[in-house]
Amino acid sequence: MAISVKINGATHSVDAEPDTPLLYVLRNDLQLNGAKYGCGLTQCGACTVLVNGAARRSCVTPVGSIEGNEVTTLEGLGTLDKLHSLQQAFIDEQAAQCGYCISGMIMSAADLLNRNPQPREADVRSALADNLCRCGTHNRIIRAVLRAAKQKAGT
Amino acid sequence: MEAPRLTRRNFTAALGGIVLSFTLAPKLLLGQTAVQLPGSLQTNRTLDAWLRINPDGTVTVFTGKVELGQGIVTALAQIAAEELDVPLSRVTIISGDTGRTPNEGQTAGSQSIEQSGTALRMAGAEVRSLLIDLAAAKLGGAADTLKVTDGVIYAPDGRKVAYGELAAQVDLKREATAKVRPKPATQHTIVGKSAPRRDIPAKVTGGAAFVQDVRLPGMLHGRIVRPPRYGAKLVSVDEARIKAMPGVIAVVRDGSFLGVVAGREEQAINARVVMMEFAKWSGGSELPEPAKMYEQLMSLRSEDKVIAEKDAPVPVGAKVIDATYHRPYQAHAAIAPSCAVAELKDGKLTVWTHSQGVYPLRATIASALGLQPRDIRCIHTEGAGCYGHNGADDVAFDAAVLARAVNGPPVRLQWMRDEEFKWEPYGPAMTMKVRGAVADGRVVDWTYDVWSQSHNMRPGDPDGVNLLGSWYVADAKRPGPARHAAQPNGAGDRNAITLYDFPRQRTTHHLIMDNPVRTSALRTLGAYANVFAIESFMDELAAAAGIDPVAFRLAHIKDERERAVIEAVAKAAAWKPGEKGDGRRGRGIGYARYKTVATFTAVIAEVEVNRTTGVVKVPRIWAAADAGQIINPDGLTNQIEGGVIQSMSWTLLEHVRFDRNGIQTEDWNNYPILTMPDVPRVETVLINRPNERALGAGEAAQGPTAAAIANAFAAATGKRIRELPLTPERVKLALASPLLGKPLNTTRYPIDSSADVVEQPR
Repeated sequence: MAISVKINGATHSVDAEPDTPLLYVLRNDLQLNGAKYGCGLTQCGACTVLVNGAARRSCVTPVGSIEGNEVTTLEGLGTLDKLHSLQQAFIDEQAAQCGYCISGMIMSAADLLNRNPQPREADVRSALADNLCRCGTHNRIIRAVLRAAKQKAGT
Repeated sequence: MEAPRLTRRNFTAALGGIVLSFTLAPKLLLGQTAVQLPGSLQTNRTLDAWLRINPDGTVTVFTGKVELGQGIVTALAQIAAEELDVPLSRVTIISGDTGRTPNEGQTAGSQSIEQSGTALRMAGAEVRSLLIDLAAAKLGGAADTLKVTDGVIYAPDGRKVAYGELAAQVDLKREATAKVRPKPATQHTIVGKSAPRRDIPAKVTGGAAFVQDVRLPGMLHGRIVRPPRYGAKLVSVDEARIKAMPGVIAVVRDGSFLGVVAGREEQAINARVVMMEFAKWSGGSELPEPAKMYEQLMSLRSEDKVIAEKDAPVPVGAKVIDATYHRPYQAHAAIAPSCAVAELKDGKLTVWTHSQGVYPLRATIASALGLQPRDIRCIHTEGAGCYGHNGADDVAFDAAVLARAVNGPPVRLQWMRDEEFKWEPYGPAMTMKVRGAVADGRVVDWTYDVWSQSHNMRPGDPDGVNLLGSWYVADAKRPGPARHAAQPNGAGDRNAITLYDFPRQRTTHHLIMDNPVRTSALRTLGAYANVFAIESFMDELAAAAGIDPVAFRLAHIKDERERAVIEAVAKAAAWKPGEKGDGRRGRGIGYARYKTVATFTAVIAEVEVNRTTGVVKVPRIWAAADAGQIINPDGLTNQIEGGVIQSMSWTLLEHVRFDRNGIQTEDWNNYPILTMPDVPRVETVLINRPNERALGAGEAAQGPTAAAIANAFAAATGKRIRELPLTPERVKLALASPLLGKPLNTTRYPIDSSADVVEQPR
């Protein structure tokens, strides 16, 4: 059945069952790479997107439940030509090894900065506590989030 | 501009009829010996296998090594750009494609810089020299008067010719001679600098960066249903019921291999859930009893090999101690479950895979499916960090079986989280027994025994098919046998031979030939556990001798570079000789030269022990590394820090849970890893040696980190934990028990042989 979703500012009509996890609609119907499948259990954070500006695990969010809400994915944050301050900071800090967790890290960080534009390091650590990184890039990720916050404050 | 996307057009353009377009090495006549060439030039001998000069002045670099998140593609591009004198921005790199790149086996063992990097360095220098010769003929001057800047060759009078103009003339279809000397380090402008990683922009903007992001027209989605136990047989499944589910296109049943293909991904997942409920299985093997696991494993058939032996008399009265250490089964636990896309069209199979070795994978898929390797193309496309042999190859085979069943449409298959945890090959459980003797502050005797299952069950084995799914299809294959690997690399015995200068020692590797639990290569193979055991025991010997652990190590090391990393980390951490823990806090050191021949790494960890909860935290940690000539300092730092943090996670938290009936680890709740709040800052010191060979570093930090943490725990509490990981339960038990975790009773040399085997409590 057709479901109307608003993703990254554009409205799309998607032919999927309402209980389809949003993650698969984003990845397969809308061909967006940002949100990733990691566990399907809300444990790892790789699938994190923003729904009305707040972090949400897209792997367990039924697409039918987000009708009328604004979804933002990594692609909606910024592009190669017009990077979001978080994306720029992750490049500046070279904050990735394999990078599979990074989309989720950036989306959770965006949620944090929406709530708390000037977080302390401990705030970043606790905001990202449920986003798993297996390569051991944690410190660079924290530095990147703090750098983005600082840069935003400076502009 | 949009983030780059992998589209059908890109993929087919890449396919573009290019099959083995580089020249194959000339076949050698029987009995004729080829000149030994350095690095991977030895096995891929023509220049055009590695480098192409394009008419637009760009350079295409080919490597058989692949990006695993370790930054290797960037480092290799730096090396090629440096030798050719072209800007890094003009270098394109193509990696791991059986249709296009050299065969460099596996990307494993921290060998890419040494193998592929060496080949590219030598080939780059030689191609540059060929281009200069051509320019000299064209410009009419002596080659040694010409200078190259940014891919343009200049004569002294200012006339010039660009590489691109020589592209059509330069003949790279020739065997490399490796006679052109690469640049000395003093002239490097690209190597040795922190070039930004080439893959990061796409990864932070949602570009197509992973095999998970491959989308082909008409692509279907597959899922697999696994048995409840290793080796169980499929008795029945209600295929009609599954076929009636929405979107299901095929139920693929081949012997006990069971899969489903559907139009939409969630439809395949839903079908899998129902199939798991209704499929009936029988039999399958029992797993070891967890409480007696190490004893059971050691009682299995093993092939024992003495890998080092040195003899000298032991002074009478020398103090003798011994200890037994254990490391459990540990998972790769990649953040992304393994994934592949496969397409069978007109008898040709194409597989997009995050395998570490596209050529061995191709050969093994061919023998499993009864195809010719020439009819299969494996194209490396990144997955999440794998840290060794995880499900990457297996899922490629599974996807190929599903693609064969639907014959035509491409099939994308991503394993589910439970499947990844339960079916990946783990890092093996290991037991290490050490006996040592000290006299006058010196180690005078050292006996080391290590027991382990195989650490190498990768595809490419000549006597077996190492692909999970192939053991379950009707025409079932068998895995290859466990094998010893030659030192100094070793496998279960990697880093088992002590690096210290002991007058008398004997090291034995007991390779367990059975595989009660599926295992293969996990980052460092046996080195993690061996370094943990050796370095823990060095602290126990130092304590027995009454000497500071740092000083005790230095007293047994002659090599200047080995001493330098230990001294560097001690300095960075402001180590105080004889420093003591206070019951809660303490510090410890761990040191190793990875594989005995690669990067030197020393780590000092500080631990904080909560004596009530048993939780061990590492608030601070320092590392020093000497990887010879540094190609990319930031990349090296990232690898060392990542290794420290991952090892900390293994050491404090990780073990695969199972009972006799099956693996129980199936998600992150029962396989927790270190998370943001518990990750300390890592203070890393790099020692650059521009005139030394560049050494592999991707695995260098794991062993020393484990030992540093274990030693810090012992320093803090006076109790030693010899079984990994340092879980709260184990910590509480050690702290509460008067016996557990205490220093071992010592004896004096000569030892009464009737008391030869001293079992310590665990």
